[in-house]
Amino acid sequence: MLEIRWHSRAGQGAVTGAKGLADVISTTGKHVQAFAFYGSAKRGAAMTAYNRVADKVIMNHEKYMEPDFVFVIDPALVYTTDVTIHAKPNTKYIITTHLTKQELIASQPKLEGKEIYTVDCIKIAQETIGRPIPNTPMLGAFMKISGMYDIEFFKDSMVRILGKLPQKIIDANMIAIQRAYDEVK
Amino acid sequence: MAFDKMELKDIEVWDGNFAAAQALRQSQIDVVAAYPITPSTPIVEGYAKFLADGYIEGEFVMVESEHAAMSGCVGASAAGGRVATATSSQGFALMIEVLYQASGMRLPIILNVVNRALAAPLNVNGDHADMYLGRDSGWIQLGAYCPQDAYDLNFIAFKVAEDHDVRLPCMVHQDGFMTSHTAQGVHTLTDDVAYSFVGDFKPMNDMLDFEHPVTHGVQTEEDWHFEHKARQHNDLMTKVLPKIQAAFDSFEKLSGRKYNLVESYDMADADVCVVCMGSSVETAREVATEMRAKGIKAGVVGIRVIRPFPFMEIAEALKGVKAIAALDRSSPNGAPGMLFNEIAGALYNTADRAMLCGYIYGLGGRDLTKKHLANLYTELQANVDAGKITTQLQQFIGVRGPKLAFL
Repeated sequence: MLEIRWHSRAGQGAVTGAKGLADVISTTGKHVQAFAFYGSAKRGAAMTAYNRVADKVIMNHEKYMEPDFVFVIDPALVYTTDVTIHAKPNTKYIITTHLTKQELIASQPKLEGKEIYTVDCIKIAQETIGRPIPNTPMLGAFMKISGMYDIEFFKDSMVRILGKLPQKIIDANMIAIQRAYDEVK
Repeated sequence: MAFDKMELKDIEVWDGNFAAAQALRQSQIDVVAAYPITPSTPIVEGYAKFLADGYIEGEFVMVESEHAAMSGCVGASAAGGRVATATSSQGFALMIEVLYQASGMRLPIILNVVNRALAAPLNVNGDHADMYLGRDSGWIQLGAYCPQDAYDLNFIAFKVAEDHDVRLPCMVHQDGFMTSHTAQGVHTLTDDVAYSFVGDFKPMNDMLDFEHPVTHGVQTEEDWHFEHKARQHNDLMTKVLPKIQAAFDSFEKLSGRKYNLVESYDMADADVCVVCMGSSVETAREVATEMRAKGIKAGVVGIRVIRPFPFMEIAEALKGVKAIAALDRSSPNGAPGMLFNEIAGALYNTADRAMLCGYIYGLGGRDLTKKHLANLYTELQANVDAGKITTQLQQFIGVRGPKLAFL
């Protein structure tokens, strides 16, 4: 079982990102689950979304999760929420930030000693898609860190999932995914 | 069919709401009258989009409240159409008056209920308070555990409800957010296969059949009211479960997916078992398997058909088990809990009455964790080891503050 927790703000696309990732993984024969806590949260409120991936049918519906990966797609959430809650010793973090890894850890001591990767998904999204929607770049970064799929296979899959959007937006998303894949460190 | 068909993958990643919306599309509803409410909104929203995109021939009636939504469904169903809608929580509560009209008039309307807590305090998350509110309304109630079930049970619902020997409305329940907004792989049926299972709508006593005038919504006082209610109850008690079983059997032949009136999991030699509904059934199955690895013979009984309550089948499923936990996801507000009471009733006249405890859990969407369930099985095993119930009969799982226990 692979488990992922997304930290996001309502409206930044974490639910869409989690469902998109689940869709891609499902086509490779694995079982998936994607869900979120949002309730009546308003746009901009901190929220979390979740992915489970397994080789057999996923029967666990508890919301509690000790994640293998934590995605933070809004830079402020490392300060206003506890992104390390229920983590395991080997949990990997991919965090959107304009800071260097050292600056980030210095500014949030809770991240000290954790396996941290950083990438500026907000900047990438703004420069490619033209809006601060950091979900697809985060998935590009995840492909690099996890080595889950070849990036070309992943991009082809995302083209299908984003299918109904205008071609220009799809192309911009592909550039965003590739840039995050290349820039995460 | 004079509309576009949709190409689906064998496995689509859908949440429970979208799975239900797709099942409604494939069943080709004539009329959906709906008023949106969280968390059920995407079902009727999805249906409306399919209609707008030319995938359905039908009418979508936008109304001013859930009371009007169900009233519109009653009118359309009496007129002679295939009718469905969806709601949750407060909307369901507002429909209640009309739910009794629908069942009393023997109108086979399908209502997707995305289970959610009832205010106050206001809460949009999943528990079974609305589902429990509907249990005396004369509707058939089917319970989904996951998005796949929400898809499949809609087809079953039409098949059973519209059968001329049944002619009763049917609710398909799924857990708000835990199922409705959780995306998982759903094995699909093609449009043709799905529609051929449900079949063309066959009207009965329809008001638009001018050759055979009928009256709907009549008044009966003490001269006939009791006979109407007794016949309705008779049909629920004697006709519905065999029809559901027959629909499950033919659906299994079609899809390979097997549903049962009562879903027993590892019950053959179980000492301890949990009886529950909704998405909790699947989590409990996973924990039961883990408990077996620790030497506790654990099983799970999931309720698939809530009404009519499968009284005999439950007693059979619980035969030989030593300690049972009945899990109710709704505040009983001064009673032991619906499942506790029903199971106690089903077991009271049997030879081996197991130790039965009731647990209230998960109100307002509070998480039921695997750890909660592991502790629960351990507590049941302690009862078995002690040969008596070592706790009070009613306890609460996962509530903060001082421990609450009663009876």
